[in-house]
Amino acid sequence: MSFERMKREAKEKREALRQSKKPLILVGTATCGRSAGALDTLEVFRRELKSRNIDAEIIETGCLGLCYAEPVVGVVKPGQPNIWYRNVSAERARELIEGYLVKGDPLADYALGSTEGSVEGIPHLFDLPMLKPQVRRVLWNCGLIDPTNIDHYIASGGYEALQRAVFEMEPEEVINEVKRSGLRGLGGAGFPAGRKWEACRRAPGDEKYVICNADEGDPGAFQDRSVLEGDPHSVLEGMIIAGYAVGARKGYIYVRAEYPLAVNYLEIAISQARERGFVGENILGSDFSFDLDIFQGAGAFVCGESTALTLSIEGNRGMPKPLPRPRTTEKGLWDKPTLLNNVKTFANIRWIINKGADWFAGVGTERSKGTAIFSLTGKIANCGLIEVPLGITLREIIFDIGGGIPGGKVFKAVQTGGPSGGCLPVSLLDTPVDFDSLTTAGSIMGSGGMVVTDEDTCMVDLARYFLDFTEKESCGQCSLCRLGSSQMLEILRAITEGKGAMEDIDLLIELGEAIKIGSICGLGQTIPNPVLTTIRYFREEYEAHILKKECPARVCRALISYRILPDKCEACMICLRNCPVGAIKGGKKEVHVIDQDKCSRCGVCMSICPERFSAVECIPGQLSEEDLK
Amino acid sequence: MEYSLSEILSSYKGTQGELIPILQKVQAEFGYLPEEAMNRVAEFCRVAESKVFGIASFYAQFRFVPLGRTQVTACRGTACHVRGAPQIVDELKRQLGIEEGETTPDLEYSLETVACIGCCALAPCLVINGKVESKMTPKKVKELLTKGGQV
Ligand SMILES: Cc1cc2nc3c(=O)[nH]c(=O)nc-3n(C[C@H](O)[C@H](O)[C@H](O)COP(=O)(O)O)c2cc1C
Ligand code: FES
Repeated sequence: MSFERMKREAKEKREALRQSKKPLILVGTATCGRSAGALDTLEVFRRELKSRNIDAEIIETGCLGLCYAEPVVGVVKPGQPNIWYRNVSAERARELIEGYLVKGDPLADYALGSTEGSVEGIPHLFDLPMLKPQVRRVLWNCGLIDPTNIDHYIASGGYEALQRAVFEMEPEEVINEVKRSGLRGLGGAGFPAGRKWEACRRAPGDEKYVICNADEGDPGAFQDRSVLEGDPHSVLEGMIIAGYAVGARKGYIYVRAEYPLAVNYLEIAISQARERGFVGENILGSDFSFDLDIFQGAGAFVCGESTALTLSIEGNRGMPKPLPRPRTTEKGLWDKPTLLNNVKTFANIRWIINKGADWFAGVGTERSKGTAIFSLTGKIANCGLIEVPLGITLREIIFDIGGGIPGGKVFKAVQTGGPSGGCLPVSLLDTPVDFDSLTTAGSIMGSGGMVVTDEDTCMVDLARYFLDFTEKESCGQCSLCRLGSSQMLEILRAITEGKGAMEDIDLLIELGEAIKIGSICGLGQTIPNPVLTTIRYFREEYEAHILKKECPARVCRALISYRILPDKCEACMICLRNCPVGAIKGGKKEVHVIDQDKCSRCGVCMSICPERFSAVECIPGQLSEEDLK
Repeated sequence: MEYSLSEILSSYKGTQGELIPILQKVQAEFGYLPEEAMNRVAEFCRVAESKVFGIASFYAQFRFVPLGRTQVTACRGTACHVRGAPQIVDELKRQLGIEEGETTPDLEYSLETVACIGCCALAPCLVINGKVESKMTPKKVKELLTKGGQV
């Protein structure tokens, strides 16, 4: 089938769906939706509609990015706009069927917003505070199309860029366009994509590879997975165009084995693309051939690093190659020139080819063009996946898009870049989000993790948390990375246990600087970042742990105490029975008291005390003689 | 085991590049990497047994002991951490009497932790036999695990 015909048919099918006399139900069933119960919701729609003899079309989509509202469901009645609903539990699904589909009341209370038309009392979806400031390119299709149906992608303009590149552009022209666009790698380091492509094209050799880095090692980030689950073809298209540009015939997608759904959707996408002639021999009838395979990463953070990643595909331990090492673009996989880019970097390519470099560069800052995608999580009202123009400030992201800190709490810090990044305080909220500004502030753009913390998060504990992660993930080649990180971790542990000394702070800084210099890969070079930035911006918290033996955020166990407020305690025995160490004394009608010597500070009593009493209190530091009386 | 192992190997050529995918298949089949199986894989790919063990122990995905019938996986991702994952993990350890990466002697439960299962918006969360339980509290953990011994 010719591409023209494919496009026509895909668009006709889409039109037919729009004009259909049947209601259309879109259920977001990406991993985040599933974890909120989307599969139950889906099942209810299937069963209930069938039993009521309502003939409807049900489509599973990826993630719109409004994770706080999952499961998200779109309902289109014939001739009506699409109304998106939030938190559609099985229960609510039944209400929607009865209330909206049968009785015609759009149940505005449950609605997030509408698309393709307006409904009274319901805002436009993309006017929501969380969506309005966004610029959605990579996420263009996410949540709106069925990722397992290639026609949906084609109908949205998919594979047009590939067709244009292969038939209307020389490889050099493609590279030039990418270079001119100013696109920088979105995997963390921000290396200019066009320059990397050019280096790979120029590297001598006929056998070359293209690899998509979908390892997503940052513990607490899911943007790459969401793109793969929401619009896998956009990534494939970028990879195929890259193959054409650099002269490769084979590509690998290195994806975490922990992402089974993404792997599954990728397999489907690749086989559909192969069937339609976008992958394989003589793509679209041209003389360009390119094949694609998936490699499942087996769970090692360091394998996100380029040389470790290629070694891992070759069947080795993923240990970064020693210095001086050749560039991956010259000697990568099987020692052949290899182009490695992140998922989101590839997903941007079709826009650059379709709309041109100038259009692409119309968004962003002087040195950071285009958009960035973040997994916005932690102590934030609107958790989710967002795509923003580079240059937007942290404040706009956290307070306008994210809706601020929930529960009347106070913002403390925002962490970007995962274990390689840093924590930025209130005073830096107006920092523009771009590669250079974040680096100057001591953090990094990273691959897209953004974790917001509030007054209840302990910065020393957070630094210890990241170090605990990286220390385990160090591949062990560099002594400073291997031993230095355990040494730093020991010191941090001591501080959180109230056994720290003031000299420890300087020692941490000194060790951190040494590890940066003494490590051969980005893992070691960035291990100290979370520690160094928290010392830089939250030194007083370290000092409180060391000097006052208090954890101001009431997180570090050794430095907090629990007590039962006698005037609130109803002597109900619940905490007493549930205390795992038997530290609570008292009886029926006898106010309970915690034996501070026995108490392990697990917090079970506080979590189990009925909310109407709220008689257990947690305070920083030890109880004074006064309190104990 | 001999039969299914041969079947797995039959779809590979025996190159070193296939080592990790083969081990993944073996683990998917048996739930862990039995020693005999690793030795067979080494022979098949013509590499030393130590090499296979070296790879298997390097990557977090691989395990050398069988899993329990009920698999409890707690998220230790950043979003879950700042929303109280450590208390959840502690409570799980206390209830099950095992550490992370261990299986109860009766092979009923195993406890693992992972980094981010992707439902950070509902943190802290854990997965019990593939089903995600969200917005956990130590209290909910206890309830989940004591519901007549089943979850
Ligand atoms: C320890 C370590 C982990 C990394 N993890 C990832 C990752 O999970 N995903 C990713 O795309 N890049 C990761 N990188 C960066 C890659 O090495 C590489 O720079 C990137 O994939 C290149 O793609 P880009 O230019 O499109 O950003 C990591 C680097 C290091 C040192
Ligand atoms: S950090 Fe736990 S689900 Fe993401």
